Amino acid sequence: MPLTNLVYDGTFEGLLTAVFEVYEHKLDKVKLQKGPLEAGALFEEVKEVITDQARAQRVLKGLKQRLSSIGVQRLYAAHLADMEGEDTTLLGFIRYAFDTKDNIEEDYGNRYVMRVSGLVRMIRREKHRMEAFVRFQKLQDGTFYSAIEPDFNVLPLLIRHFKSRYADQKWMIYDLKRRYGIYYDLHDTEFITMDFSEANYPANVSAAFTEDETLYQDLWKTYFTNVNIKSRKNTKLHLRHIPKRYWKHLTEKI
Amino acid sequence: MNMDRITRKLGILADAAKYDVSCASSGSKRQNKDKGLGNASNGICHSYTEDGRCVSLLKILLTNHCIFDCAYCVSRKSNDIERAAFTVQEVVDLTINFYRRNYIEGLFLSSGIFKNADFTMERLVRVAKKLRTEHNFNGYIHLKSIPGASDELMQEAGLYADRLSVNLEMPTVAGLKLLAPDKDQKDMIKPMAYLKHAIIQNKDEKKLFKKAPMFAPAGQSTQMIIGATPENDSEVLRSANYFYRNFNLKRVYYSGYVPVLADNRLPALNTSVPMVRENRLYQADWLMRFYGFRVDEIVDNTSPHLDLEIDPKLSWAIRNMQAFPIDVNKADLQLILRVPGIGLLSAQKIVSARKFGKLNWEQLSKIGVSVNRAKYFITCNSSQFERRDLTGNNIRQFILASSQSKYLKNNQSQLSLF
Repeated sequence: MPLTNLVYDGTFEGLLTAVFEVYEHKLDKVKLQKGPLEAGALFEEVKEVITDQARAQRVLKGLKQRLSSIGVQRLYAAHLADMEGEDTTLLGFIRYAFDTKDNIEEDYGNRYVMRVSGLVRMIRREKHRMEAFVRFQKLQDGTFYSAIEPDFNVLPLLIRHFKSRYADQKWMIYDLKRRYGIYYDLHDTEFITMDFSEANYPANVSAAFTEDETLYQDLWKTYFTNVNIKSRKNTKLHLRHIPKRYWKHLTEKI
Repeated sequence: MNMDRITRKLGILADAAKYDVSCASSGSKRQNKDKGLGNASNGICHSYTEDGRCVSLLKILLTNHCIFDCAYCVSRKSNDIERAAFTVQEVVDLTINFYRRNYIEGLFLSSGIFKNADFTMERLVRVAKKLRTEHNFNGYIHLKSIPGASDELMQEAGLYADRLSVNLEMPTVAGLKLLAPDKDQKDMIKPMAYLKHAIIQNKDEKKLFKKAPMFAPAGQSTQMIIGATPENDSEVLRSANYFYRNFNLKRVYYSGYVPVLADNRLPALNTSVPMVRENRLYQADWLMRFYGFRVDEIVDNTSPHLDLEIDPKLSWAIRNMQAFPIDVNKADLQLILRVPGIGLLSAQKIVSARKFGKLNWEQLSKIGVSVNRAKYFITCNSSQFERRDLTGNNIRQFILASSQSKYLKNNQSQLSLF
């Protein structure tokens, strides 16, 4: 059987729809990748998967029977890693789950299970880093604004943490890389997109901040400088904890 | 707020608090109530200093005025330094505003001793009370208990703080006498004992009445300074073990002495900070708390000091070659945990994964086992077994040759040997 190239839209539902097609057409050798559809290699069959909620739900229901609820969440998290070439890993994991009678989540000897576990670890680490490295700046309307540029698409995983922590202030976290954000209005959170032309880019407009914003940023920098113990300097360790790519959004590092 | 004044105070009082090594902000379970501000339980390090330590809490002194004259302390009475004191409201404002910007998980508040223990402790408690009751603040609060503070104040502190701690300062009574003649270990043990009982009592009440108020839900911890006095590692770890057992401490912190003062009772000013030793003590501490090692398996009379070149688990394994090799596909979790190169998570993964089939070297490596070290101590689903007829000393040499200690670069005195 030739290799079938399934191209899907990159959403989790799209992935599940693709799985549906694999089983519907009894496809054996499959390569899964995110769209858009490109002219495929000569000997490959390329097929576009149209995301279908009903089909996705059926696959999800099946998965819930084979995996624990934490296992399903982990699969979703691994998908958010959004890494080149890893869609096939997720498909391999899902097929292994469906083709085995027992729950396979802890079969770390299996390469798909191990790889998914690795992806989950990577994305959880970045989620945790974002929970740590978000730096809010208070705008004049009282909203606390933060810009981030994480390696993986972790924004959906951050909502719960920030909502239960900052319940009494309006806040917004914007992913500059993926051009969307989450906004909390004291009641609910919603996904938003904004047009950040140079002129209305909040980080560039100091007038948008409250008066005491600079004071607290300076106080934080003062604090950061004074807690350091010079005779224990350890740059390697420092960089391992705060990799340089995060610095441009960290108040104490600007 | 007067900007220059507050900036200067923060500089002084953060600087003076930085030698307190406790930075934990986990282990509590404080929820955000009634749409208030914050929650505590996560243990998030929001930043890291250039020396590589975690910044999780706003760690400051209320004041660096002090009536005591402890030789190791920058704030001691006889030291000629700039003094400052925060007002209760200033600490509250800093905490709230830093927290809202997601700089910190909460507050770690310690203090020099103003007039007497209770006078100082009362102010620390007032900060915590204000944060909790006036600002509906549910972030983490760690209060340093002042040795000699009264039971009444300890009780009130426990109602507002997540964690309380009393520093032991020195691992032994003799060490404390030498460097802190004004302090008495009894004054430290008394509040510790009070807290232990109050925490246990609170747990019992919680079982009966769900709504019983929380009392220091993240427990109590302590700290000892290492390398300022001549105690060996055996004495340090035995002391830690004693406090873990008798006072239900969550953590004992070991703080490598940073020479800040010239005093003939102390190591000279240019002495390097004992960072490797401190790290080995923490590793030994973890072996006691999470890996089921007894203190006398880690250090004993024949080897009262931890080996600085290799970690204490490897060191134990080499002294106990008769316990190996272990078959990871069959052995109990407790035994697997004793293998050098296998950590808590890897050990649990091995036990889960082997239900599906026997594991080989490649799979173990993917699971996260440091095969480089573990290979001398285990067998798995493979005909290879690395130990052959190696002695413990051979293994030590092989491992040292193939791994480079991350501390060598930092330690000039060790490098100059070559």
